[in-house]
Amino acid sequence: MLDKNGIAKRIAQELKDGYYVNLGIGIPTLVANYIPKGINVVLQSENGLLGMGPFPLESEIDPDIINAGKQTITTVPGSAFFDSALSFAMIRGGHVHLTVLGAMEVSEKGDIANWKIPGKMVKGMGGAMDLVASAKNIIVAMQHVNKAGESKLLPACTLPLTGTQCVKKIVTELAVLDVTPQGFKLLERAPGISVDQIKNATKGKLIIEGEIPEMNLN
Amino acid sequence: MNKTILGPQEAIQGVKDNMTLMFGGFGLCGIPENCIAALSKSGIKNLSCISNNAGVDQFGLGLLLQNKQIKKMTSSYVGENEEFERQMLSGELEVELIPQGSLAERCRAGGAGIPAFFTPAGFGTEVALGKEVREFNGKMHILESWLIADFAFVKAWKGDTDGNLIYKGTARNFNPLMAMAGKITVAEVEELVPAGSLDPNQIHTPGIFIQRIFQGTDYEKRIENRTIRTI
Repeated sequence: MLDKNGIAKRIAQELKDGYYVNLGIGIPTLVANYIPKGINVVLQSENGLLGMGPFPLESEIDPDIINAGKQTITTVPGSAFFDSALSFAMIRGGHVHLTVLGAMEVSEKGDIANWKIPGKMVKGMGGAMDLVASAKNIIVAMQHVNKAGESKLLPACTLPLTGTQCVKKIVTELAVLDVTPQGFKLLERAPGISVDQIKNATKGKLIIEGEIPEMNLN
Repeated sequence: MNKTILGPQEAIQGVKDNMTLMFGGFGLCGIPENCIAALSKSGIKNLSCISNNAGVDQFGLGLLLQNKQIKKMTSSYVGENEEFERQMLSGELEVELIPQGSLAERCRAGGAGIPAFFTPAGFGTEVALGKEVREFNGKMHILESWLIADFAFVKAWKGDTDGNLIYKGTARNFNPLMAMAGKITVAEVEELVPAGSLDPNQIHTPGIFIQRIFQGTDYEKRIENRTIRTI
């Protein structure tokens, strides 16, 4: 089973040289720590920065430079600041190659729910609806089951949707899956995890074809 | 055209109960601290506020929430504020949540004379309820309308007496868009300089959008999530 960093590390393998990437809050943010050597990607932060760098040293903190999670950050050489309309022009206009975000539920059709639990939690969608409606490639980073032990990979989402038929790939602590027109297609198992364990944790339609290899995280 | 005013008191002159106000900023980054402080002492109430976030308890728009001056909040993300959550769940506060990109574009549209536009964001979700849907290039889009405010309050790094503005870092965010969408736009800046002393090539918001400008004081620039690395 993977921990959060393991999930981030596996997703980092999906990065390609020259990609512009938007990383959501939580596990997706950790992906930046595992960008493979020789791969250059530019991180977009939707509050108005292209070319996000690591967290600052104590001496470098600038309250005017934060990411979309409101964390203090730095910029890399060649970075650019811009306003929120221009930022979402990049996103909606299809200029960002990859979006990685968290989710509460994903359906076998690629619908995603991640912004609201009626009667319990209403924080808002932030930029998630714009991101999922527009990005060419959307990878969800999440736990396979929720805290109550229920599958988050469902035939249909039960929570209010963030977007429809948009998720392309899911990486969880148990598996890597593609979202296909036929359902969730199992691609890889996490180290030490059996196909049966993944089956038991997946409520939506799961397609298993041939031997399912274990992830290679090296 | 000198647009300089004395300070926050003059900045909020003309703001009345029941008005719609815009506030620049993302979280607490780039918010008009001086104008918010003046409004929090004004007793003006039943305000409809448009801002990406609603501040935090005790700071930013949280100050106006605490005084129950806000009737309706239009935002994209409202976490990190207990008083906000309490007022929302009790029904005291009306809340409209809209996708962040739609919020930004709706402000831009308001200032640019574009009454509505189609966007894919929110299609198939509750954001689309009651909105016109149309297909373009095989993809579904929803119609979103412009936003215009009685007053827009923005914060910039530098400004000149003509109202030309330059922002710094990610404190730019919604400020240039809301600056366009206010019937009256007030800019507070960290440094106010005479007209002619800023490089015209570097201006982010041209002065035509600004009606009042002043140099703010005592900026706190609170950090919500102070994150550092050690090596």
